[in-house]
Amino acid sequence: MEDVLLIEAVERYVAGEMSVDEMLVFEELRKNNPEVDQLVVENIYFLQGIDKYNATKLFKHTLLEVDSKLTLEGVIAVPVLSGKAKVVSLWAKYKRSVAVAASIAGFISLLTSGLMITYTKKNGNEYYSELVERINQTNKEVSKLKSTKSSTTPPKMEVKADYRATGFLIDGSGYLITNAHVLNKMKNIYVENSKGDYFTASTIYIDNSVDLAILKITDTAYKIITNLPFSIKRNNAELGEQFFTLGFPRNEIVYGEGYVSAKSGSDGDSTAYQLTVSANPGNSGGPVINRNGELIGIITAKDSKADGVVYAAKAKNIFKLIDQLKKDDNQYQNIKTPSGNELKKLERTQQVKKMEDVVFMVVGSN
Amino acid sequence: MSTIDKEQLLIKGLAQGDKISVETIYRENYLMIQSFILSNNGSVDEARDIFQEAMVVLYEKSRDTTFLLSCQLKTYLYSVCRRLWLKRLQHLNKYSTQVESIEDIVPVEEDVEDHEKRNDDFMLMEHAMGKIGEPCKSLLDAYYLQKKSMTEIATNFGYTNSDNAKTQKYKCLVRLKKLFFAQYKNA
Repeated sequence: MEDVLLIEAVERYVAGEMSVDEMLVFEELRKNNPEVDQLVVENIYFLQGIDKYNATKLFKHTLLEVDSKLTLEGVIAVPVLSGKAKVVSLWAKYKRSVAVAASIAGFISLLTSGLMITYTKKNGNEYYSELVERINQTNKEVSKLKSTKSSTTPPKMEVKADYRATGFLIDGSGYLITNAHVLNKMKNIYVENSKGDYFTASTIYIDNSVDLAILKITDTAYKIITNLPFSIKRNNAELGEQFFTLGFPRNEIVYGEGYVSAKSGSDGDSTAYQLTVSANPGNSGGPVINRNGELIGIITAKDSKADGVVYAAKAKNIFKLIDQLKKDDNQYQNIKTPSGNELKKLERTQQVKKMEDVVFMVVGSN
Repeated sequence: MSTIDKEQLLIKGLAQGDKISVETIYRENYLMIQSFILSNNGSVDEARDIFQEAMVVLYEKSRDTTFLLSCQLKTYLYSVCRRLWLKRLQHLNKYSTQVESIEDIVPVEEDVEDHEKRNDDFMLMEHAMGKIGEPCKSLLDAYYLQKKSMTEIATNFGYTNSDNAKTQKYKCLVRLKKLFFAQYKNA
């Protein structure tokens, strides 16, 4: 308790919030008691450290915001010239072998594109299956049982749950990202965290073109989480980049891992990736996090005929979504995209533990 | 307005974390740094990293009220980036003396060293922050980073009044302090 009093006194002393009398007493105490004086010096040093830390942290956040803005505008990108120069010199060097390779490649790619056409045709209609789960009666019963047993906040209303998917926080004050197709299907939405607490939520923005949407937790019981542990990757993920994902294909949070298998989604969709990971109905809207703790995508769908072929919207689309939302509606000016780097040097299990707190089950009725 | 006045103004803005100043400096200097890094074995992501670190160096300098830029802003940033990049190459054992200069340089060794010390402090504080746990972390963030008032914090976190939230904040500070200094002793 003494420590608490002292640190409070020092903070007020440094901030100049003490009255003249109080200040005199305080300075007298320091003068006559070297031990106190030593502690005061230590506290001043510490408080200055916190101020510097927070100022730098805020500044780094501003840097990231400016960086992503300029990336979106195309100011930051590989200059075409230097790239070209390298290719040109390579070309001159390997002209002959490239020419031979090109003729073979042309043949093969014709073959694959022929295959692709028949494949994507089917894919486009039948086999592209969005990963929202329609919950059947048994599941519902299980869910009810579970909620009465383990939930710390009892549901404030009887929710009829027909669909289940996944969402995750991008701003600790209660903004979640999930898929557009998830919210298009649902009414009376609520979200549940991995501890089993329920919160009501409402849709604030839907962008069908990239299949992403923003959800806001409206529940007063929701407590703000500051400092989300991850950041959003501004450029494309690499081919073969490994990642993990969390989602709710069951009533319980489920972990999955895989790698980026193509830089575009179904039908050459450049706003999405193709991933190799196991995903099931309910995984829609789940975050895809790389080893550095960066969000690279959001699970959207899978190919129902091919094993492990899953599609994910690219994470950078989130910036566009938020910019658009801010333009459309003044009340959302304060949304801040996460720039956490807590996951960077952690073991996978620790990363997952931290991410668990920001991934929610999204449930609604039809 | 002369270039010197304009740059002094930008640095003042930077010291206050003003986004427009940051953006202006970014726009006017980033590509130069990127082409330097790219022509010296680096990638775009590395260029970004180095540039942002140099911005932090400049930011720290700008907060010192006695700081006066003795050369053009772009020369300073270029020199810092060059120094940081050399250090990184050295660290990766990719050091070559033939790092190509595309601009004039000024001596910045001391500034970069100061920055490294500050950065160590930053990491220590970040590490301590990572260890205090909830609700302390969120509470301190709300107060120091988001500059929320104690009344707001009390409502958001569910304390009955702002005095209780304040007491909690000081308890958290004491905890953080212990964690912070414990690292010093171990180091």
